[in-house]
Amino acid sequence: MSARLRTVAPPVVFGVAFVAWWEAAVKIFDLKPYFLSAPSKIWDQFANNKSLIWEATRVSGTNALVGLIAGTILGIAMSFLLSRYKILGDIVTPLAIALNAIPIFVLVAVLNNMYSITSEIPRRLMVTLVVYFIVLVNVAKGLTQVSSTQIELMRSYAAPESAILRKVRVPNAVPYLFTALKISAPAAVITAFVSEYFGGSQNGLGSRITSNIANSKNAAAWAYVLGACLLGLAFYLVSIIVESAATPGGAKRTSGRSQ
Amino acid sequence: MSTVSVSHLNKIFNTGKANQVDALVDVSLSIEKGEFVSLIGPSGCGKSTLLRLIANLLEPTSGDIVVAGKSAKQSRLDQDYGMAFQQAGLFDWRTVAKNIELPLELKGWDKAQREARSREMLELVKLPEFVDHFPWQLSGGMQQRVAIARALAAHPPLLLMDEPFGALDEMTREHMQAELLSICAKTGTTVVFVTHSIPEAVYLSNRVVVMSPRPGRITKIVDVNLDDHRNETTRERPEFFATITAVREALRAGGGHTHTGAGVEDR
Repeated sequence: MSARLRTVAPPVVFGVAFVAWWEAAVKIFDLKPYFLSAPSKIWDQFANNKSLIWEATRVSGTNALVGLIAGTILGIAMSFLLSRYKILGDIVTPLAIALNAIPIFVLVAVLNNMYSITSEIPRRLMVTLVVYFIVLVNVAKGLTQVSSTQIELMRSYAAPESAILRKVRVPNAVPYLFTALKISAPAAVITAFVSEYFGGSQNGLGSRITSNIANSKNAAAWAYVLGACLLGLAFYLVSIIVESAATPGGAKRTSGRSQ
Repeated sequence: MSTVSVSHLNKIFNTGKANQVDALVDVSLSIEKGEFVSLIGPSGCGKSTLLRLIANLLEPTSGDIVVAGKSAKQSRLDQDYGMAFQQAGLFDWRTVAKNIELPLELKGWDKAQREARSREMLELVKLPEFVDHFPWQLSGGMQQRVAIARALAAHPPLLLMDEPFGALDEMTREHMQAELLSICAKTGTTVVFVTHSIPEAVYLSNRVVVMSPRPGRITKIVDVNLDDHRNETTRERPEFFATITAVREALRAGGGHTHTGAGVEDR
């Protein structure tokens, strides 16, 4: 128990001290609200607008979740195809890496033109695309980067390729999938927010932040930022919980490999 | 009838290309049932290639391989041999018992049979209390013992080992050598053992096959005349040192190198 306290206490103390220092700095230096709002003002706004913030969080969160699930399923499916057909991998992988290197969420502006102005589909497509590449690159690596000793062993057991896939490649790729999910969960949330900057309905956290700033309601904007932080954190925590529930020996396996 | 019979074996990689390698040239070798034979030689002499040809993980360019009275391919399909490598190659997502049961799963054994056999094998390698542990909870020596248990799980007549103790420290290594001999004495398994270490080859083997590179070939087969029950005092016997000297001289005579073969350890 004291060990747990020792891991939890330092970041908590630091966090509280940081907020206190922020509050004090705003008071002491008499910082104007348009420059920086005090944490107490932000908290007031958060408490007063709870239902509005919740509604905006629900909209952005749904977009992120739908995109995360769709992108993960598509990414897994494609990585199986790529690992099965080497030629396909040689063609698609450089393209995937190139696409991953550019800030592809600007594509949402183009996608917005394809659907009606109030549609959530462009945002969800955008999240799907971002998650898809992260999952694809990682899971494909997990399926193909198997130790040569283990492949030779399976061949010495006269195992057919289907058994090697089932008993070696897929289990080997599981930690890679969870690594991908840990990266894509926050990325999905961020993409969902940023997608809202490019027009469409003004109903999500991202568009609320911009509209509040436009109306000089800075503390309210910060309150929505707080909501965004909590949403991102929730996605990340769920991805970690899913990982430890699905992996024998928990996350240790990914870090403490036997070879 | 010999367990392994190799005659006039040739293996050429990248035939006809600039980087053609004559990995093995005209290799013939016969290994009797219950025999322990080591393959030793400097890097590039083809000892691991020979092992993989016997295992049918590679196809020969020409020549014949008979394992357990069948073609190499048929004996691989029938799982007539078990194999262990320098890396234990255990599957992190499987418990120790499930690792040992993997070859049996692929043979289609039912669950009760598999569990009984994995318990039996864990007794044999003296790790019965580690049934439900995961590989990464074990030391390197313990992992290698699990790998040996897995290789022997189907009770194959032949065990093929590619430097299985190469990654272990000296103390663990000597201990594992003694363990391996006692396991083989109990099971009557024939062993082909690839190693870099002269004392290891001499301590373990009935015969030491000395190989040399460019092209890979057998230069000499040294008989080891030590009694069958070997223990720590064996390592201090004059015959032990005399055989080590004989192997070292055979390696030197193999040519390609002015001193002892590069990559062969005197430890």
